[in-house]
Amino acid sequence: MASPGTGLLERRRAPGAVPTRSDPADRVPATVWPWALPPVAVLAVVFLYPLALVVRESLAPGAYAEVLSSPSFRDALLTTVWLAVASTAGCLVLGFVLALVIAFVPFPGGKAVSKFIDVFLSFPSFLITLALLFLYGTVGMANGIWTDATGDPTGPFRFLGTPWGVLLAEITYFTPFVMRPLLAAFSQMETAQLEAASSLGARPSRIVRQVILPEALPALAAGGSLVLVMCLNEFGIVLFTGAKGVTTLPMLVHSKAILESDYAAACVVAVVNVALSVGLYVLYRGVSRRAGA
Amino acid sequence: MTSGIRFDGVTVTYGGNTVLDSLDLTVEPGEVMALLGPSGSGKTTALRAVAGFVRPASGRVFIGDRDVTALPPYERGIGMVVQQYALFPHLRVEDNVAFGLKARKVPKGEIPGRVADALEMTGMAAYARRHPRELSGGQQQRVAIARALAIRPNVLLLDEPLSALDAQLRSGMLAELARLHRELPDVSILYVTHDQVEALTLADRIAVMDRARLQDCGTPQDLYRRPRTEFTASFVGNANLLPVTVGEKGAAFEGVTLDVPVSGAAPGSTATLCVRPHLVGLGPGPNALSGRIGEVQWRGSTHRLYVEVGGHRVKADVRELRETPALGTEVTVHFAPEDAVLLAQGVGDG
Repeated sequence: MASPGTGLLERRRAPGAVPTRSDPADRVPATVWPWALPPVAVLAVVFLYPLALVVRESLAPGAYAEVLSSPSFRDALLTTVWLAVASTAGCLVLGFVLALVIAFVPFPGGKAVSKFIDVFLSFPSFLITLALLFLYGTVGMANGIWTDATGDPTGPFRFLGTPWGVLLAEITYFTPFVMRPLLAAFSQMETAQLEAASSLGARPSRIVRQVILPEALPALAAGGSLVLVMCLNEFGIVLFTGAKGVTTLPMLVHSKAILESDYAAACVVAVVNVALSVGLYVLYRGVSRRAGA
Repeated sequence: MTSGIRFDGVTVTYGGNTVLDSLDLTVEPGEVMALLGPSGSGKTTALRAVAGFVRPASGRVFIGDRDVTALPPYERGIGMVVQQYALFPHLRVEDNVAFGLKARKVPKGEIPGRVADALEMTGMAAYARRHPRELSGGQQQRVAIARALAIRPNVLLLDEPLSALDAQLRSGMLAELARLHRELPDVSILYVTHDQVEALTLADRIAVMDRARLQDCGTPQDLYRRPRTEFTASFVGNANLLPVTVGEKGAAFEGVTLDVPVSGAAPGSTATLCVRPHLVGLGPGPNALSGRIGEVQWRGSTHRLYVEVGGHRVKADVRELRETPALGTEVTVHFAPEDAVLLAQGVGDG
């Protein structure tokens, strides 16, 4: 690239200067700003402007008061929060146990399982729900086997349309998101520490509680808050389970906007949802920075 | 429970590779036994077999008179200190030391006293409230030792405990370990190292290991002065090993008949003569050998000369010379008859 005379290439320091955060010489010179313009413009058009529109729409007179006081909103908020919290708790427990086994119990194929976890992260969330539908749906395999065995045309497995079905699907889908940082943390852990604990007389359960768990806490916190945010915003899983009684905030936005054409109410719910997840995201960043992630 | 360690034909294999080959060795109660050898010699495997982290393919391991071969590590009651300290980073020094006491269900009231004792013994009492990351390497290793001693083990396993420390700290810690052993005369110590100075300084006996096998075992003086195998002679003290032909009286090396003790060796047979470099003198004398200087290394208080005699290099450590001799200089070196040891070819090293 020909030297443009302005911009990135000009950010040279005096030789021997020690860069620090407060170093005035380290401040971005004014000539760099033109370089920032294209990305900021793109961001503004595709993201900030629509977001501003949503916020403006939500400010319609009386919209907040009406939505916030409606029982459907409060139900949705409650459902969203308890589903997200319960899913996160389930993911943490299941993820911790599975990551422990993969990291510390040598078994054939352990590496392959660990690799598969990475691939799993790239799956769309509805895929898991679809798989669960095949297994436990009203016409799924489990009910089919029941019908074949008993002749009863309706099988006993109906939980997929309930909040428990959503919970199962979310735990299944999001557990790998907890395992990934945990496996990274476990791989950093010295086996010598575990051996030292063992030679000092600690049984495996004590080693897990007092040596492994404390060191895994930052990774658990980082993975857990990530999953919490993702669960709060999950739409695909709730939609695909077809759980009629389960209305979460994203579902409420969908039904207000698309089904009822009540844009003001939809925008209020959306703003609340955004505020909730941005707040949690900030928390997540704080935690993961502490964890060094 | 009695102290002491006994290996009874212990063999360890990893996927078809024998990493420890039928080791028979007894560490007496209160004895410091160094396992000395290069990396891959099986010394760490032997220690891990005592700790319970490797399961022997055959043979038994005894601690005192108890067969521990099938016991998990947490039931063996041993103290272990490893090269990388392995302190628990989230626990304060005092909690690290208390860890083993809590795991072994020592009554709560006793724990603070025993933690204080162990920290006192290793000179770390002032650091009880610190976290491991706030300590230097040497201090961390002291805490690791305190943690191992707090459970009052009869057997202490030290796996290259000083390797991560710098040279000066190492010699200080070596003296410290020697003092600890004097204070705890009943504890048997198995000390794995590749450093002959550590082994010679600390050990009551040294077991020399190479290629998964025990090569030699004896007191440091014994191994140093009367090595039984070429491996011991070169690994401990880096001796001159000269191929000789045994005669009626003495042995022939490069056409020179040397006056050395040959009792027991058959005349006409080939053997290896072991002479320590620091016992080789410069100038004429008994058992004189002439050659050219092939290399000179200045080592502060001494000069190491490599003298080419025939096709062999004879190492001589002489007191620092006023002038460093030039390469190629014709010199004579000599050694006293009683300073040479004749090794029968291939004794004991399979």
